[in-house]
Amino acid sequence: MSVLVFVEIDNGSIKKTSREAIYFGARLAEQLSGEAVVLAIGEATEAELEQAGKWGATRVLHVSEEKLAHENSLAYADVLAQAVGATDSKIIVLAKSGLGDAVAARAAAKLKASVVSGVTELPDTQNGFKVVRSIYTGKAFATVEIKSAIKILGIRKNALEVVESEKSAPVEGFTPTLRESDFAAKVLEVEKASTELSLTDADIIVSGGRGMKGPDNWQPLLDLAGALGAATGCSKPVSDLDWRPHHEHIGQTGIKVAPNIYIACGISGAIQHLAGVNGSKCIVVINKDPEAPFFKAADYGIVGDVFDILPRLTRAVEEAR
Amino acid sequence: MKILVCISNVPDTTAKISFTDNDTKFNKTGVQFIIGPYDDYALARAVELKEQHGGTVTVLNVGESESDPQLRKALAIGADDAIRVNTEPTDSYFVAAQIAHIASQNSYDLILMGRESIDFNSGVVHGLVGEMLGIASYSPVMKLDITGNEAKFAREIDGGKEHLSAALPLVLGCQEPIAEWKIPNMRGIMTARTKSLAVVEPVSVDDSTVLEKYALPAPKGSCRMIPAEEAEQLIALLKTEAKVL
Ligand SMILES: Cc1cc2nc3c(=O)[nH]c(=O)nc-3n(C[C@H](O)[C@H](O)[C@H](O)COP(=O)(O)OP(=O)(O)OC[C@H]3O[C@@H](n4cnc5c(N)ncnc54)[C@H](O)[C@@H]3O)c2cc1C
Repeated sequence: MSVLVFVEIDNGSIKKTSREAIYFGARLAEQLSGEAVVLAIGEATEAELEQAGKWGATRVLHVSEEKLAHENSLAYADVLAQAVGATDSKIIVLAKSGLGDAVAARAAAKLKASVVSGVTELPDTQNGFKVVRSIYTGKAFATVEIKSAIKILGIRKNALEVVESEKSAPVEGFTPTLRESDFAAKVLEVEKASTELSLTDADIIVSGGRGMKGPDNWQPLLDLAGALGAATGCSKPVSDLDWRPHHEHIGQTGIKVAPNIYIACGISGAIQHLAGVNGSKCIVVINKDPEAPFFKAADYGIVGDVFDILPRLTRAVEEAR
Repeated sequence: MKILVCISNVPDTTAKISFTDNDTKFNKTGVQFIIGPYDDYALARAVELKEQHGGTVTVLNVGESESDPQLRKALAIGADDAIRVNTEPTDSYFVAAQIAHIASQNSYDLILMGRESIDFNSGVVHGLVGEMLGIASYSPVMKLDITGNEAKFAREIDGGKEHLSAALPLVLGCQEPIAEWKIPNMRGIMTARTKSLAVVEPVSVDDSTVLEKYALPAPKGSCRMIPAEEAEQLIALLKTEAKVL
C-alpha cells in the first residue's frame, strides 16, 4: 500500500509546505506499513528531488513535460489520478494551498475519493480512518471518519514538526497521458514578485495595519522584515486602500498563514484578521493602544508607536547577528 | 447568459463558535447566519454581469429551511430565482454532487461560488463540481469579465496573479476584489418576495465522511508585555524563551 504525496515545485525547489506534506505522508505510510511515493510535476533537478528521501519518501515520480511547467490544476489533477493508478495508492497527501485544494478537488471527483482539507495531525488508523481538521477558520477542530476507499488529505501548515534524515529517494520519470481539454485556457499574463518570499511558506511574517498610516510609511516594516528574512503581510483595509498589494491581505477573507512568528504592527486585531493568523506559533503585537484586542491573542506585546519601535527592533536583530 | 451562483449559509464572521450534544452539534443559539462572504462576492459579480449582458442569475443553496432568509436576501440583491436542495450539507463531496445534479439539468454558462465556505474552509466544491460536470474550474478568481462566449479572468497565485482567458462554460471560485458586496435596497426586498424559491429534494450520494466530534482550541496563555523602552528585549525573548527565532 502506498501513500502518494503531491508536491509543489517553486523555482526549481520543493516548497516548504510540500516538504511537510512528504513528512506527513511518510509517517502515515509507516503507520500503515506502506511506503510514501512523491509525485513532482515541473522543472527540478534530480538532486533537488532526491531530497524527498530526507523527509521519508522512498521514491519520487517526476513529470517533466514542458506543457506542465506552468501551474495547471486541471492537468495536474489528471496526472495525479494516473499516478494513483500506477502506484495503487489509496491515500493522497498534499499541502493545503490554493493549488493543492484545486488539484485535490478535481482528483477527488475523478477517483470518487473524499477529500478532507486542513488536517492538523496524523490520522487515527486503529479502527477506521479518523482525521482531525481545522474548521471555522481556525476557531475549532472536527474529528471526521473517512469512509471512502480512496482518501485525500490536505495538510495544514505546521501540522507536524518535521524531522530530517540522511536518506535520499531515487527519482523515476513518469509520463502521463495529457488531455487537450485541460489546456483550453490561455494564460495571458503572470504578475509575480519572484524575489518575494511567499507568505504561506514563510517562517516569519511582519504585517502592517491601518496604524502604519499610509503606503509611504512601509519602509521601517520592510526593513525589519528584511533583517529577519521575513515575508510581509497586511490587514484587509490596507489592501483595500491599495497601500499594499492584494496578495498580502491576511485574514478570514484573505490568506491564512501559520508562521513561527507573526509580528502585527498597527493592526487592531479584529476577529476576521485573527482568523487568518491563529495557526501561528508565536504572535507579537505592536500597537499604541493598550486596549487593542490583538493583545488578547498575542504571546508578546509592546504598547508603543510603530514608527519608534520598528527601527529599534531592526537594529536589535542586526546587532544580535 | 445563464449564471448559477451557489451560496453557503454560515455563521457570521464574528460569531462565537461553540458546540452542544457532547460536542457533536454546532451551537446555533444566538448565532447570526449570513451568506458566505466569498459567495457574496460571487453573487455581486453575477448581478453586475447580468446588468451588462442580460440573462438570468439563479441562486442555489444546499441546506435546510434555515437558509431561506439568505436565499431571499440574494433575490433582493438581484438574483432572479432561487433553488434550495432540501438537505443538511454534510460534506464537500455531497454538496458538490447536489450542485452538479442541478447544473446538469440546466445549461448554465457560468457557475460561480466563493473560493471556500467559512465554516469548513475546504475550498474544493468548485473543483469537484467542475470535474463532475466535465468543465474547467478555476479559483480563487479576483477579476472576471465576459465578452461573447469568452471569459477573461485573474486568479490569485502565490505572490501575485495570473490572467487567463477561457471559453464558457466555467466554474469559478471567487474572492475579492471581483466586486463589492451589495446591500439590498427597499425595492429589491419588495420584489424578492414575489420571486420563485423552489425547494427540491436531494439526490442520494454515499456517505464519504462522517463527523465524530468537534473541539475548541486550548485557551491562549496570557500575553507577556514588554515595556516600550525595552522593546529590543523582544528579539532575545523570541530566541531564548519562545525558541522560535
Ligand atoms: C466579512 C468580513 C471579513 C473581513 N475579513 C478581513 C480579513 O480577512 N482581514 C482583515 O485584516 N480584516 C478583515 N475584515 C475587517 C476587520 O473587521 C477590521 O476592520 C480590520 O482587520 C481592521 O484593520 P486594521 O487593524 O489594520 O485597522 P484598525 O482597526 O483601524 O486598527 C489600526 C490599529 O493601529 C493602531 N495604531 C494606530 N497608529 C499607531 C501607531 N503609530 N503605532 C502603533 N499602533 C498604531 C490603532 O491603535 C489600531 O489598533 C473583515 C470584515 C468583515 C465584515
